Amino acid sequence: MGGKLLEVHNVYKVFPGVTALADVDFALERGEIHGLMGENGAGKSTLIKVITGVYQKDAGTIVLDGQEIHPTSPLHAEALGISTVYQEVNLLTNLSVAENLAIGRQPTGTVGIDWKTMNRRAAGILEKFDIDIDVTELLGNYSIAIQQMVAIARALELDSKLLILDEPTSSLNADEVEKLFKQMRRLKEQGHAIIFVTHFLDQVFEITDRITVLRNGKYVGEYATPSMTKLDLVSKLMGKSLDDLKNFDSISNHVETGDDANLIDVKGMEKTNYMNPFDLKVRKGDIVGLAGLLGSGRTEITNLLFGTQKPEGGELHIKGKRVNLNSPRKAIAHHLALSPEDRKQEGIISGLSVRENIVLALQVKKGWLHNISIRKQTELAEKYIGMLSIKTSGVNQPIETLSGGNQQKVILARWLATNPELLIVDEPTRGIDVGAKMEIQRLLVELSKQGMGIVFVSSEIEEVVRCSNRVYILQNRNIVGELLGEEISEQEIMVRIAAKGDRKV
Amino acid sequence: MSRKRLFQISRRDMPLVATFIVFLLLYAFGGFSYRNFMTPRVFLNLLTDNAVLGITAVGMTFVIISGGIDLSVGAVISTTAMIVAVLTKAGMNNVFVITIALLFGTTLGFLMGGMIQYFKTPPFIVTLAGMFFARGLGYVLSLGSVPITHPFYTNASSIGIRIGNGKLSMPAMALLAMILIGWFISRRTRFGRNVFAVGGNEQSAILMGLPVTQTKIAVYTFSGFCSAVAGFIYTFYTLSGYGLAAMGLEMEAIASAVIGGTLMTGGYGTILGTLLGTLIQGLIKSIIAFNGQFSVFWIKLFTGGMLLGFILLQKIFVYGTKSRRKKR
Ligand SMILES: Nc1ncnc2c1ncn2[C@@H]1O[C@H](COP(=O)(O)OP(=O)(O)OP(=O)(O)O)[C@@H](O)[C@H]1O
Ligand SMILES: [Mg+2]
Repeated sequence: MGGKLLEVHNVYKVFPGVTALADVDFALERGEIHGLMGENGAGKSTLIKVITGVYQKDAGTIVLDGQEIHPTSPLHAEALGISTVYQEVNLLTNLSVAENLAIGRQPTGTVGIDWKTMNRRAAGILEKFDIDIDVTELLGNYSIAIQQMVAIARALELDSKLLILDEPTSSLNADEVEKLFKQMRRLKEQGHAIIFVTHFLDQVFEITDRITVLRNGKYVGEYATPSMTKLDLVSKLMGKSLDDLKNFDSISNHVETGDDANLIDVKGMEKTNYMNPFDLKVRKGDIVGLAGLLGSGRTEITNLLFGTQKPEGGELHIKGKRVNLNSPRKAIAHHLALSPEDRKQEGIISGLSVRENIVLALQVKKGWLHNISIRKQTELAEKYIGMLSIKTSGVNQPIETLSGGNQQKVILARWLATNPELLIVDEPTRGIDVGAKMEIQRLLVELSKQGMGIVFVSSEIEEVVRCSNRVYILQNRNIVGELLGEEISEQEIMVRIAAKGDRKV
Repeated sequence: MSRKRLFQISRRDMPLVATFIVFLLLYAFGGFSYRNFMTPRVFLNLLTDNAVLGITAVGMTFVIISGGIDLSVGAVISTTAMIVAVLTKAGMNNVFVITIALLFGTTLGFLMGGMIQYFKTPPFIVTLAGMFFARGLGYVLSLGSVPITHPFYTNASSIGIRIGNGKLSMPAMALLAMILIGWFISRRTRFGRNVFAVGGNEQSAILMGLPVTQTKIAVYTFSGFCSAVAGFIYTFYTLSGYGLAAMGLEMEAIASAVIGGTLMTGGYGTILGTLLGTLIQGLIKSIIAFNGQFSVFWIKLFTGGMLLGFILLQKIFVYGTKSRRKKR
């Protein structure tokens, strides 16, 4: 063998208005796990799509196994020995889990596709990840985490010499990440090479051998992981010197604002088979964290509060007045906002521009008769593009052409633009780079100081700790505890979440 | 793991079950209202009379599942019949005639598929153009009706298998064969499953490494083939080629698919459902024919009402599966 598995030289990719890749180099050894890092919009996904034939490069060469390749489609790339999990889970929600794993290579017998074998194999494949589900159910009926695992399992099953994973861990919890890493290590031992994209620094340091950093579509450098510290990496990612990063981590535990009036007061809200009865309070200026494992009821609470799911029991008081929120529209009218977890399904409206996506919720709130003028829309959009440093070629860029992390920021901007009194954010920093993550956390704290109430859901406990002044602990669709001010620490939350936890749901 | 559902019908099969129930209800209604309705003959005639529609609808179902539409099918039927009539009249060999007739529709479908895929033109537009083209060609061949007198065609109606007081005619057999083929393709071949994938989410299908281009072209080719077969069968009834024949049949074929539970947005549908959708339309026609005092426009009215009802049912179904709690 010998020689590198993959070499990318001087690759360029230009989109209207943006140069996504300029003179990028990338090299991958056999049998290594290689981290591909960069801020949102740095060009990671674009590089991957160029390597796998989704996009055609404008210049440069790609050499696989010593031979120059010109992949024209993911199908072609697969034939060359490259399998990929793209950033947004790209599966078919109208087909069964088993079919999603097998489609394109279903087992066949004398009378065509052998469904029994296919289903049996699918169950076997998922068993490796300790996932025990009915594989004959439609994929769309399962959570994003399961869908993401299915996407990964599908790619792993191909047994290609090169596996590319573009932010595969964004919707996974710690357990699931560990299972994924186990499989990745196994593949590595067998001599496969893996490209791994993530914004989680811990994960990069845990699993990768080397790291390539991109910034603004340009190649910054390639480093051996053990030779780096986290701070080194962050400075490379953001293009700042270590000195500039001194106060990088400086959001203090948020303190009480001392306003006692409840903004929102929930008593015994419930929905059968969805969420058990719970009480919850948010005062003006509170950041209330919801901490719990995946499936513990975090997202369920946000949906019930916002009326996307109709509660079947309990009371909801907003500023002392009893209200019945049974639709998001009503919630918006009562100055609530929900930035949802699943940005692809419930978030971005493809085909519309960044500007239109940002003003959408505000327009709904105002009613369609009160048209927001284009000038006003542009103003608003520009404000949030600046505030959240959204990387776009302009307010009119179609949203689906933004990088994944920047799409996420647009969703947040959409809800900030409605200037809500209560803002519910479900995983607001998923897929967002370290620098921007910090910015968003800071922004939320800032908004709360101005009196906004915030319900904050995140799988990253560290983040919950950093921002919240009250944390509810969830288990099995129940609120099982509450931590206040000083009591809030990563340690404490972890202990409480795990307490007599049987997490099989 | 895989729970046994014996009596519990999975939610996914709901539209099909609903269609089947409607079919049974209509059939029972006919049976109670008219003597002789529940005889093998009436049922077999139902198959015979709706063979052309049913065969066309098989192809249409694939197109709709893939997220597209094919408006050219009626025109292809008429022109296929015209080709058969003109070439037979010119004294050509039957096998040759049939080959040409089938090739015409299949090739047209192939070309339309190519246009849709490579020029990124909406299927509605391309197949509308295909429809005009096929009709135009029919008129070019002959403006008037061309009779078919060859014994192969005139004797065809006597072929069949006797069942009770009825007969499983050749068109009915062709229908059943095409349904079987359609079912097999949709459930048992990779191509068939790829059609569902493309209709479910084309972008995902591309990124999953599925042959999307080939699949889409093949879908229109297959639909072209189905309508060509239907056109050939059509000659047995009419014993002539006529440029204005099978007008609006594309709409009935779409109705068959939709009544049978195929979603217009793509990604969902069954061939069995389409057969039921075809037979339901046929039942409405039969019942009205039995009655004798309703006029033809009632057929359209009933079919229309039925269609609306089914679309509502599907909305409920889709809404139901979406709002269902996600499982962990
Ligand atoms: N199809 C497209 N049309 C126009 N611009 C695009 C397109 N795809 C990507 N871009 C732009 O190219 C740049 C790089 O995007 P890319 O998706 O590669 O970023 P990324 O590094 O993957 O970021 P993230 O971490 O947010 O996923 C962005 O500015 C994005 O807006
Ligand atoms: Mg990306």
